[in-house]
Amino acid sequence: MTLHDAPKIILENVTLGYDRRPAVHHVSGEIAPGDLLAVCGPNGGGKSTFLKGLAGLIAPMGGRILRGGAKAGAFAHLPQATEIDRTFPICIQDFIALGGLRRKGLFSGFSGDEDARVGQAIDAIGLSGLEARGLETLSGGQMQRALFARLVVEDCAVILLDEPFGAIDAATTLDLLALIAAWRAEGRTVIAALHEFDIVRQAFPKTLLLAREAIFWGDTAQALSPENLKKAKDMAAAYDARARLCERDEAEHADAV
Amino acid sequence: MLYDLLAAPFVDYQFMRRALVGALALALAGSPLGVFLVLRRMSLAGDALSHAILPGAAMGYLVAGLSLPAMTLGGLAAGLVVALASGAAARFSALREDASLAAFYLVSLALGVTIVSLKGSNVDLLHVLFGSALALDDATLLLLAGVSTLTLFCLAIFHRALVADTLDPVFLRRASRFGEFVPFLFLGLVVLNLVAGFHALGTLMAVGLIMLPAAAAKLWTRDLSAALPLAGCLGALASYVGLALSFYSGAPAGPAIILAAGVVYFVSLCLGRAGGLIRNLRPRRHFEG
Repeated sequence: MTLHDAPKIILENVTLGYDRRPAVHHVSGEIAPGDLLAVCGPNGGGKSTFLKGLAGLIAPMGGRILRGGAKAGAFAHLPQATEIDRTFPICIQDFIALGGLRRKGLFSGFSGDEDARVGQAIDAIGLSGLEARGLETLSGGQMQRALFARLVVEDCAVILLDEPFGAIDAATTLDLLALIAAWRAEGRTVIAALHEFDIVRQAFPKTLLLAREAIFWGDTAQALSPENLKKAKDMAAAYDARARLCERDEAEHADAV
Repeated sequence: MLYDLLAAPFVDYQFMRRALVGALALALAGSPLGVFLVLRRMSLAGDALSHAILPGAAMGYLVAGLSLPAMTLGGLAAGLVVALASGAAARFSALREDASLAAFYLVSLALGVTIVSLKGSNVDLLHVLFGSALALDDATLLLLAGVSTLTLFCLAIFHRALVADTLDPVFLRRASRFGEFVPFLFLGLVVLNLVAGFHALGTLMAVGLIMLPAAAAKLWTRDLSAALPLAGCLGALASYVGLALSFYSGAPAGPAIILAAGVVYFVSLCLGRAGGLIRNLRPRRHFEG
């Protein structure tokens, strides 16, 4: 039984990037509801950009992303923690409660059921006793737990994670992986960009290996084969400062649809 | 004795009472607004916006003389144009907000000075630059009180929006359709307070009563719900002390109020319990765990 109606996500010849430079180049594929997909690849390979595109934070330069009727903003997105102003004076409890913004909006009061959600999230994530601590007093691992607790409160059917285990110790990683497994059991789609191949092999059945272009999209063991990883490494090295306009056919694909 | 020193000027003279009411209105709403300016790292942006208002107010003055509506509307228009244009430029171009704000206010300041020098009687412009706290008429007081009330209501209603937008704007935009507009709402409130402020304190001084008490309050507490009212109270204190000071010393009222706010700030900088100099240089003994 699935508790959450995660939409099927379809990418049609999607190109994403900044300033006409593609960071993700002509990627096509499907993400089925309830999938647990790892996005791997070298630095600069377009992993974060891929997630931002799915989250609707940047618009595709070419192609399109179909979200099965869901709005772009409906996907929960865990940014790399550096994008948050941690000096802001707010306690963990209130920070996590902001996850309820989607349901409660900016103006209506947070009722008892929201408090209960926040309490459950804090317990589940292992932050009990720290509710009143300020954000700036948290360690890196505790901050990551707080961000995951906010995702729990957000309660979205599709969850995008940008390097969830960067600079996180083994104990915290295990706890967060358990949470991700629970999300999957509830029928949510989880898509994570990460570098830790051992974690990917253990916990993620499917992998997209991305080095600007999709090197491989499918079964994890195949995606992380030595040949594919070498291909990804070679691709990433090639940056052409005087690249010509990309002539690859957008029209050809459009005909096929 | 204490009565003579502290209460007599305000009991005996109506213009002192009016100045006090105007400055209090400005401080009670402007200083909490300043706390958000500090938190958003836009302290200098407030200063930039106050410069941007000057040419607008000056143009209103050139068209209609020393008229409250003309100068208010002129200042409001100039401030909002600069705030909106720089906000939009930051959102849709590669420049960050501080750079685009600096660019827009420099251009508008140059434009304003050019217009003023084409038809210049500089004496009255001193009113625009440094205000006339001791000559506030009914209409100006109503404007100050109205802006103050509106600002406090907006801060209360949009508190969650302002907090979320300052803390994690990307998250807010994803979670709420309204998220895109929060920065504009905030800049609008800042402009409104600066325009109201220049009648009492002048364009160059008004931002002082917004920023200084806010920065001082931040040095006393790390709790936002305490910092907001504290900033308002420190601003009110500075207004009162500054006006009394100017009464006895003959110093101009606007700068006297800002100087008083400056003293409050420097005292807080030294003694503040949340990041003041003495606390940081001589930390107290650490805890066991």
